[in-house]
Amino acid sequence: MAAPMLRGCCPGRRWALACIDHSSRHGRGAPTGSRCSGKRGQSSVAPQHLATAGKLRKGEHEWAAVVGLEVHAQISSNSKLFSGSQVHFVAPPNSLVSFFDASLPGTLPVLNRRCVEAAVMTGLALNCRINKKSLFDRKHYFYADLPAGYQITQQRLPIAVNGSLAYSICVGAKRSQVINKTVRIKQIQLEQDSGKSLHDDLRSQTLIDLNRAEGQLRVDANISVHRPGEPLGVRTEVKNLNSARFLARAIDYEIQRQIRELENGGEILNETRSFDFKLGCTVPMRDKEGKQDYRFIPEPNLPPLLLYDSESLPAGADPQQVVNIDQIREQLPELPSVTREKLVQQYGMLPEQSLTLLNEVGLLEFFQNVIKETRAEPKKVTSWVLNTFLGFLKQQNLAVSESPVTPSALAELLDLLDRKAISSAAAKQVFRELWASEGKTPAQIISEKKLELMQDQEALEQLCQATLEEHPQVVMDVKKGNPRAINKLIGLVRKATLSRAEPAVIKEMLEKKLSS
Amino acid sequence: MLGWTLREVSAALKQGQITPTELCQKCLALIKKTKFLNAYITVSEEVALRQAEESEERYKKGHSLGELDGIPVAVKDNFSTSGIETTCASNMLKGYIPPYNATVVQKLLDQGALLMGKTNLDEFAMGSGSTDGIFGPVKNPWSYSKQYREKRKQKPHGETEDSNWLITGGSSGGSAAAVSAFTCFAALGSDTGGSTRNPAAHCGVVGLKPSYGLVSRHGLIPLVNSMDVPGILTRCVDDAAVVLGVLAGHDCRDSTTVQDPVKPLTLPNLTDVSKLCIGIPKEYHVPELSSEVQSLWSKAAKLFESEGAKVIEVSLPHTRYSIVCYHVLCTSEVASNMARFDGLEYGHRCDINVSTEAMYAATRREGFNDVVRGRILSGNFFLLKENYENYFVRAQKVRRLIANDFVNVFNSGVDVLLTPTTLSEAVPYVEFIKEDNRTRSAQDDIFTQAVNMAGLPAVSVPMALSNQGLPIGLQFIGRAFCDQQLLTIAKWFEKQVQFPVIQLQETMDDCSSVFENEKLTSVSLKQ
Repeated sequence: MAAPMLRGCCPGRRWALACIDHSSRHGRGAPTGSRCSGKRGQSSVAPQHLATAGKLRKGEHEWAAVVGLEVHAQISSNSKLFSGSQVHFVAPPNSLVSFFDASLPGTLPVLNRRCVEAAVMTGLALNCRINKKSLFDRKHYFYADLPAGYQITQQRLPIAVNGSLAYSICVGAKRSQVINKTVRIKQIQLEQDSGKSLHDDLRSQTLIDLNRAEGQLRVDANISVHRPGEPLGVRTEVKNLNSARFLARAIDYEIQRQIRELENGGEILNETRSFDFKLGCTVPMRDKEGKQDYRFIPEPNLPPLLLYDSESLPAGADPQQVVNIDQIREQLPELPSVTREKLVQQYGMLPEQSLTLLNEVGLLEFFQNVIKETRAEPKKVTSWVLNTFLGFLKQQNLAVSESPVTPSALAELLDLLDRKAISSAAAKQVFRELWASEGKTPAQIISEKKLELMQDQEALEQLCQATLEEHPQVVMDVKKGNPRAINKLIGLVRKATLSRAEPAVIKEMLEKKLSS
Repeated sequence: MLGWTLREVSAALKQGQITPTELCQKCLALIKKTKFLNAYITVSEEVALRQAEESEERYKKGHSLGELDGIPVAVKDNFSTSGIETTCASNMLKGYIPPYNATVVQKLLDQGALLMGKTNLDEFAMGSGSTDGIFGPVKNPWSYSKQYREKRKQKPHGETEDSNWLITGGSSGGSAAAVSAFTCFAALGSDTGGSTRNPAAHCGVVGLKPSYGLVSRHGLIPLVNSMDVPGILTRCVDDAAVVLGVLAGHDCRDSTTVQDPVKPLTLPNLTDVSKLCIGIPKEYHVPELSSEVQSLWSKAAKLFESEGAKVIEVSLPHTRYSIVCYHVLCTSEVASNMARFDGLEYGHRCDINVSTEAMYAATRREGFNDVVRGRILSGNFFLLKENYENYFVRAQKVRRLIANDFVNVFNSGVDVLLTPTTLSEAVPYVEFIKEDNRTRSAQDDIFTQAVNMAGLPAVSVPMALSNQGLPIGLQFIGRAFCDQQLLTIAKWFEKQVQFPVIQLQETMDDCSSVFENEKLTSVSLKQ
């Protein structure tokens, strides 16, 4: 059917990476092991504990929340999990549908090797145990965009289990405090993505797109609350969350809702809910069939998926026919935690800076390219990339790849700054100009706008002298001992130089003259 | 010439005694003449004639593709055929024209075979009579044979000639009848619990169920994926070997086919059977077994013994659980496999459009017959969360025990097992339908089904005519992937027993005209 998904626990046409994790705010939430099975999931990554942050609200200290996530991630592959059809984002509806994808009678699934490798690599990156033997199952339900009437997934014996992901979050007023956390990954499973239904309410029709390469990431959150020391509460599942912000809001809301419900003497139903992002609340999904029994059955058309390591690899095995875990381990790129640690060590970065640098797609590469081309101090580069550059991007809602300023241009600018050819203030102005007028080099802008620092000491001395003479009252204030008066003079001189002189140099000159 | 074997007619084509087009036309004429048998659902006349022309060109240039070039074949209507309607004898797929060929069909065509048409079956291959499809039952050609008619004349009976026609067995009854009535030289069936071997036995032809994993299932509309195998129906064992040689081998579209390269299949002429060990499973002596089949089975065992083979009694203790175990596994997979028939992408769709669910329900009710719906219902019951362990998982365990029985027997030195294929010879339709499909399937698959559980190769070979003048076949069961050894032994046996050729010519003319007069057929006969 569709593209491969990795799934935490849900069905998907792509492989799903599923991870589920449960944690409680008080750190005692035992993993329930309950895998949420979403009705139509894709690939899921794992559950995490989201001990929800935030202030304690009334009565909240008596409750613990347990959260498990089922993360569906689409595998980046050229063809689908079980068919040779291509995967493309913007392809016209139903243009990439093989006979198997349309579930024509007699067609059989053939497992995509690339997807297996991606799942193994994900498992290794998430410290999972890779199962050398995993199985595929059929999960049944009738839905218009599920043409076979079942979805092929890994319910009983998934490709990877028992992993963990360490991550850090910044807290505190300035988000300067870094807290390290670990989330447990229950399992990673390969799963077929379902199709896409487009509902035309006007004509009361549903249109089906079996290309099935839609969102790259989708999360279902399972949430329950209980009193510490008591058994876990009944969980609800909030489905189809497609951004981290909505995920957090949905979980926070759902925890509060459940606590409120229970404190008012109500009960929590084991139900699926959706998040209404406009109203900021979760609402029950209309599920006419009630509780689903998916009637799992082993997929008879796919033999067990066997993986090997260098030790167990059969002699003379065709490399095209086997997947070697050790070989994939060697191909594993540097993991973000290692990269962050290196940045801190190598460039004297603060941990929170390294976090920001890695959280923005392409930002690390941008930073490294600037570093390569400039003589400026790494700390300076860090500050410029994370404050000035990222600030501009955010303001205009651009991705790093869309930036009008290239790493080379920024490197050149920082070099000029480093050589004291321009002032910091002028550098900011040059950056603004760079952003606005693509194609110009910093040197061109500086020369056009006459922003270079005054190299002529005499001329600067003359300006200082003239300023002193023009403002006798301020000079008097200085002499009377008003410490702030000198700043006014510095400002006046800078203005006269059109910001082309460093305040420190001006200050030095003025002080010399005033004391003489 | 139409009564020749595939290899004989292949030689005739090669020597130019007949052209592919002439052969094709003769077969087409016979198909029309025997339309009353209801063996074919679709006759692909145009396709066959075009293929015959192409074949003829090749023969003229001396570039024949091999033994199958120019040979008329038929294919059971549950194999996908590109551009040719594929119905599974079900309303659900009436009018469904697949856009692709099943791998086995493609392989036949690649060898130059001529596709005469799609043969009749029980709906979705669920049955053992070829009586439960929407196109009506298949009639056993032996009902109209001189051998059977003469025996009947000796008995006083009041019925009209035709009211006692016999079933073919099933579910590949159309394919068996097509080969038996000389309308083609080989046919594809499918075999999930005996569906190729059973009608082969009733129709006096050879029915081969290859090892699971040897022949691709891609394009075979599934009944039970873990047991389905494309079957081969021919007039002799050598012909079955020729066809198997073409069909066997890995298919990248079917992950359950074995990777090992398959060598061309040629069967040696066995002259000495003294080194063979033939196993006779004692559990197959069931009370329902007819005395005639029983005595032929013993006779066959004695034949091997007299030629020096070691014949020993063996035990397959779990065979008695095979039927009930099969019921659970079969219906469970059926429930799953049939889920795709929802009226959305292809096939039948009802007129109801108040909701998707209502449309599904009505479509499936209209599209499937009672047998299919019954199996879907049972299967879904067995797969319910609360039942899964008690039914499906247990049945899988029993399946393993059944398979292990065979492993143990073969490990003890047995080369092949010799068993009956069916309980008795073919019965009249009026008798057959006195029991329901489920009862019949359970009875009729008794000797054949365990083989599918274990994935072993097995072949039914016609041995002799019963007192009524009807064919009785025996089954040989081989070790997994020892299909060639199995067929070699079957070939020796076939040579010893010299099963008589069906004598249809005289009676058929009468019958076809009778049917024409009764307007049961609309074909104009070229006499």
